[in-house]
Amino acid sequence: MHTVVRSSTNPRKSAPPTGAVVPLGHGARGLRGVVVQVGAQSASGPIAVLAEGELERRLLEIGFVEGAEVEILHEGMIGRDPIGVRLDDMRVALRRREADAVLVRVQGATAEAAE
Amino acid sequence: MSLQAPEARLSVTDDAEDVASSVRVAALRVALIGNPNCGKTALFNALTGARQKVANYAGVTVERKEGLAHRANGEPLRVLDLPGTYSLRARSPDEVITRDAALGRLQGETPPDVMICVADATNLRLVLRLVLELKQIGRPMVLALNMFDIAERQGWSIDLARLSRELDMPVVTTVATRRRGMDQLLDAVESVAGGAHEVPAWREPSAAELRTAHAEAERIRKTCIRPPSHPDTLTGRLDSVLLHPIAGVAILLTVLFLMFQAVFSWAQPPMDLIKAAFDHLSTLMTQAMPDGVLRSLICDGIISGVGSVLVFVPQIMILFLFIILLEDSGYMARAAFLMDKIMGGAGLHGRAFIPLLSSFACAIPGIMGARVIDNKRDRLTTILVAPLMTCSARIPVYTLIISAFIPNRAVWGFASLQGLVMFGLYATGILSALAVGFVVRKVFWRGATEPFLMELPAYKRPDAKNVAMGVLTRGKIFVKRAGTVILAMMIVVWFLSSVPGPPPGAVGPAIDYSFAGMIGHGLEPLLRPIGFTWQIAVALIPGMAAREVAVAALGTVYAVSGGEGATGPLAGVLHAHWSLATALALLAWYVFAPQCAATLGVIKRETNSWTWPTVTFFYMLALAYAAAFATYHIAQAFGA
Repeated sequence: MHTVVRSSTNPRKSAPPTGAVVPLGHGARGLRGVVVQVGAQSASGPIAVLAEGELERRLLEIGFVEGAEVEILHEGMIGRDPIGVRLDDMRVALRRREADAVLVRVQGATAEAAE
Repeated sequence: MSLQAPEARLSVTDDAEDVASSVRVAALRVALIGNPNCGKTALFNALTGARQKVANYAGVTVERKEGLAHRANGEPLRVLDLPGTYSLRARSPDEVITRDAALGRLQGETPPDVMICVADATNLRLVLRLVLELKQIGRPMVLALNMFDIAERQGWSIDLARLSRELDMPVVTTVATRRRGMDQLLDAVESVAGGAHEVPAWREPSAAELRTAHAEAERIRKTCIRPPSHPDTLTGRLDSVLLHPIAGVAILLTVLFLMFQAVFSWAQPPMDLIKAAFDHLSTLMTQAMPDGVLRSLICDGIISGVGSVLVFVPQIMILFLFIILLEDSGYMARAAFLMDKIMGGAGLHGRAFIPLLSSFACAIPGIMGARVIDNKRDRLTTILVAPLMTCSARIPVYTLIISAFIPNRAVWGFASLQGLVMFGLYATGILSALAVGFVVRKVFWRGATEPFLMELPAYKRPDAKNVAMGVLTRGKIFVKRAGTVILAMMIVVWFLSSVPGPPPGAVGPAIDYSFAGMIGHGLEPLLRPIGFTWQIAVALIPGMAAREVAVAALGTVYAVSGGEGATGPLAGVLHAHWSLATALALLAWYVFAPQCAATLGVIKRETNSWTWPTVTFFYMLALAYAAAFATYHIAQAFGA
């Protein structure tokens, strides 16, 4: 299993180092990485209404699959939630809560994250 | 209408039943299936032209679109447009229809002979997995690479022969908006038809199977498709502004504000034209006919009734123009993104923004559109608050009262006071919908959250023809309602207001002696505390059929009650009869009142229970009474 780095407070203050594995929902705008695991127990706790494995299948169906490249492009106005993510060559919007079920190996951050 | 030989025996009309009965049994049945935003509807329009019929699937309210396409040799095919999906693992009622239709399990629906999987040629990643899943069904399939012109322009390189070999099905490139590739597509359909029909062996894939299918789809994608060396950055550049936390929200609010102003002012010239035409018609009929009951029915009942409803068609079409433009351009998904947190705070799903925005036109498509929300509770909350969004049927009522009581002057140099009052009414509707959603979430179901997970499609220039077809379809549906339900209601109102006639030698207006007068007077004590006159009470009764009917009903009631003298425009008559406080109370009433039997009916159908329409009716009635009561008394205190 992967050692998951959780920067639980403000993800912007401590940008995770390249190579670290973080839940996507904890990333800041500009975070780039590769999906290493989908359907991990959401870091924000289980999602009550979904049956076992349902979130995992939904994430897979919309294209979150191991090996896919992701980059956080947009953050919502309130609480920087939801996030807009580049997923290979498409774009997907999701809440951080669900994004936490996707573990990402950090490959760096674009200039935007350093703002 | 009938077609030329050799299909002279086919009589083709707009009706699905006729499409069904008139085409030889041999006509191929084709189903269109694909991801959302792949241009499937445009392809359907290109294939079928105007020969299509929009109805509902038996027993459910998912829209069923079927039409006739013709091959180059004139041979007809029946084309069914299925709701968009990423997977056959259906999660919403729309996707259930798609799955069951594809599997041939749908009651009362003949299984398709051939499936056309429609794909956005610039976004093949997810659709290839869907194609692999569809292949398991064993039905003959064709893959249509739609929007191929955009893919070429962006520099995508797609090995069509290889893709066809890998998927083991014909691959046809199409440009639906220019009707390019249609003949080739239909030829391909013909060529695979009658192929081996295996017994549908589909079952829900597990997560592991999904991963395997993804891997296979990726392999095919990498062998057959080379992305452009310079990817298109337009969507990214637009998103950096349109999804900006501050600028994006500001732009969204501007778009919505523009929408209201447009509905209010652009529609004015055509509305004046329609109004003038109906006045002219009424005058002609009055001159041409002898005085009597029939003339009264035609002029006071039918012409004035239908006329004062049809006059609002321009506003409805402008509103739908905006909604369809937002949808087709790809902006609607951005709006859902921007609104998700605010909607979520009110206990609503970000996706609820789309049905709720549709509810600005009419709560009925809005309530039906709530099917895009997978979770039942989120859907139910959306359905409960959708009727609070200001639907277009309220516009006639608002417009009438505003034009009668609110002075038409400019505020801050650019906005009209009337427009601002209109905006305020819309804002009240939105805020109360959010408040009710919040209460429902906090009181009835706590803690349950549905994931917000949606694709942000690439921006596209909306196609004028498809937009026009969408707007016209919606306009036609409204006119049909105006022409049937509302006309029937108007004749009932005319009857109630004219029968029985006054006794000989009676003083006072004739309507006082009619059934409507009796009902109105009966309700008056209940409505007096909120400032309503008995004429308003009379208009509210037919207003249950549809909100806009109240306008026509007021016209009828006042035209009748005023006798020969009252021929001026309705706004002037109202201004003379009502106090400002009464007018404002009626506006407040209309923000909340459940004045629409069709809405309650569709809630019953969507929730399959009388509980929710009953809940909706009483909570809205209570809000309406309270709001009108407060408005009336506050306005009176200010001397209105």
